[in-house]
Amino acid sequence: MRLTEHPILNFEKVRGKEVTIYFEGKPIKAYEGETIAMALHAAGIRTFQYSTKKHRPRGLFCAIGKCSSCLMKVNGIPNVRTCITLVEEGMQIERQEEKPALPKTIKPPKWKEPPRIEADVIVIGGGPAGMMAAIHARDAGAKVVLLDENPMLGGQLVKQTHKFFGKREQFAGVRGIKIAEILGEELKRRNIEIFLETSAIMLLQNGEEKLVVGVRKNKELIEFRGKTVVVATGAMERMIPFENNDLPGVYGAGAIQTLMNTYGVKPGDRVLIVGAGNVGLILAYQLYQAGVKVEAIVEAMPKIGGYFVHAAKVRRLGIPILTRHTILRAEGKEKVERAVVAQLDENWNVIPGTEKVFEVDVIALAVGLRPSIELLHQVGCQIKYVPELGGHVVIRDSRMETTIKGIFVAGDSAGIEEATTAMLEGKIAGIGAALATGVASPEWLKEIEKAQRDLEEFRSGPFGRKVLEGLKKVVIE
Amino acid sequence: MSEIPNYLREGYLSVEELKKYVGLPSEERLRQKPVAVPECPQEIPCTPCKEICPTNAVLMEHPNAVPIVDYEKCIGCSLCVQICPGLAFFMVHYLGDKARVTMPHEILPIPKVGEEVVLLNRVGKEVGKGKVVTVIPREKSKGDTPIITVEMPIELAWDVRAVKVVRE
Repeated sequence: MRLTEHPILNFEKVRGKEVTIYFEGKPIKAYEGETIAMALHAAGIRTFQYSTKKHRPRGLFCAIGKCSSCLMKVNGIPNVRTCITLVEEGMQIERQEEKPALPKTIKPPKWKEPPRIEADVIVIGGGPAGMMAAIHARDAGAKVVLLDENPMLGGQLVKQTHKFFGKREQFAGVRGIKIAEILGEELKRRNIEIFLETSAIMLLQNGEEKLVVGVRKNKELIEFRGKTVVVATGAMERMIPFENNDLPGVYGAGAIQTLMNTYGVKPGDRVLIVGAGNVGLILAYQLYQAGVKVEAIVEAMPKIGGYFVHAAKVRRLGIPILTRHTILRAEGKEKVERAVVAQLDENWNVIPGTEKVFEVDVIALAVGLRPSIELLHQVGCQIKYVPELGGHVVIRDSRMETTIKGIFVAGDSAGIEEATTAMLEGKIAGIGAALATGVASPEWLKEIEKAQRDLEEFRSGPFGRKVLEGLKKVVIE
Repeated sequence: MSEIPNYLREGYLSVEELKKYVGLPSEERLRQKPVAVPECPQEIPCTPCKEICPTNAVLMEHPNAVPIVDYEKCIGCSLCVQICPGLAFFMVHYLGDKARVTMPHEILPIPKVGEEVVLLNRVGKEVGKGKVVTVIPREKSKGDTPIITVEMPIELAWDVRAVKVVRE
């Protein structure tokens, strides 16, 4: 189940030292640097827990710590997010079956005097938006600290093996994985303090001061205090309703990319993809590159939603795209064994007799994302439902400052778009935050204006229309 | 509701659509030397092909415009094929009763010069066999994408857009 050869990636280079973990007592080979969920998957284990009431099997879904389907008992501690927790030699992993009880033998961590980290700008999220915010806030003169709950920097860039669009000065023609490396180097060069495996669980403000409560590695409490905060927490995968959509083997598209592109683990043998937007199309191509058979891409709309060039890439490899088709149900006992799809008429009703059965062990949902705004919600930023931007988003001004002074937003958490726009927004928010703390000189306004022009240009085509409609509803001046 | 073009329903361009949206080089030009043809009919925010072209043969009024190649200015250098993030640029060259098509190839295995490969059309159907005449490996490619040139019967020049390497 592990990939060895790949046209773009070299997994031998990234795999660390071999370690042994134990799943229900059985030894499993794993590599340092990979998460528990990835190691289990490589060993063919798909069921991570059973639902408490109906005892239905549950497996990985999002793989980036945003859903609850991978929670397991690790070294006796329940509800550990195995998708973002790294393996350690000798770890004991167990499936959760009943409502998990806290272990009596393990002492809770002492949280009396948490270390306090102070900065001008606290950046939450180490994806393209967060990294760009940190780099530019630092360049503008601010003391910056960045935290991310994942074990590596880069956000979703670390699984983007395709080349980016846009202008060459905005990394067009460069693969996402490479951009993650480049931005990571830039952070290092600036000596920006980075906290990985650190979840921001609370965002509060006390007068002018902002407080971010972080928990590192599930046990260490850290207090981050700053004058400003940039929230770049990204997005999470959408689910759609169909029969058995909770079976192990139904994944968000991003989870499959994480499995095969970040950790070199084959997600399965035969895949059905739901959704022909850019994510679904790119995923199909990447599965083919990893040697996995894609049976079809189904799309409920009458046309392909993503870039045509991505569609052309997968069609010439023989992968069918069925527009005006939808998934009816998944079938299988413990995991996906089949997918049943059908054609839709012009009123979006299923046309009887058009059912097709695909023998697949993986169903990938590429049906869109919604912004992760929990922290912004909690601290009291004004929120609006804007379907064009993917769901609930925060009101902000043209410098990405929310309705709470000193709290900025950037990237997918500000509205679902591209990594290119996330980077530009990150730049604006980072400089904006540095200006708001008073450390940056007004000269930096020019850089904000340049990024605003670049954004405007990127969004000026037909693909930007919807986003621009959405932005009209949330950007205030 | 505006009419949905067929290529957006099906995911590939027919040769008729290619003529309509992109325009094809003349037979005379195709015989001179390789010429770049963009199979990119949709307005997307993307400009590397225009930025990298050494002779300004790729025309684009604004960053979202569809790239149009001035076939007379094109020198057949293949840089656009190498850099294109959408893997949508190809080169075609007529030589006697053969044609040579240059295309991106990001799939393992990478074919070797002289190797016979299976030719695939725009929907992945096998339409014949061709011989690989040039390989630019990933390390030497401007856009981190290996590109290959494949010789084939001339009548397949406008159908073949991918290859499959079949080894024992």
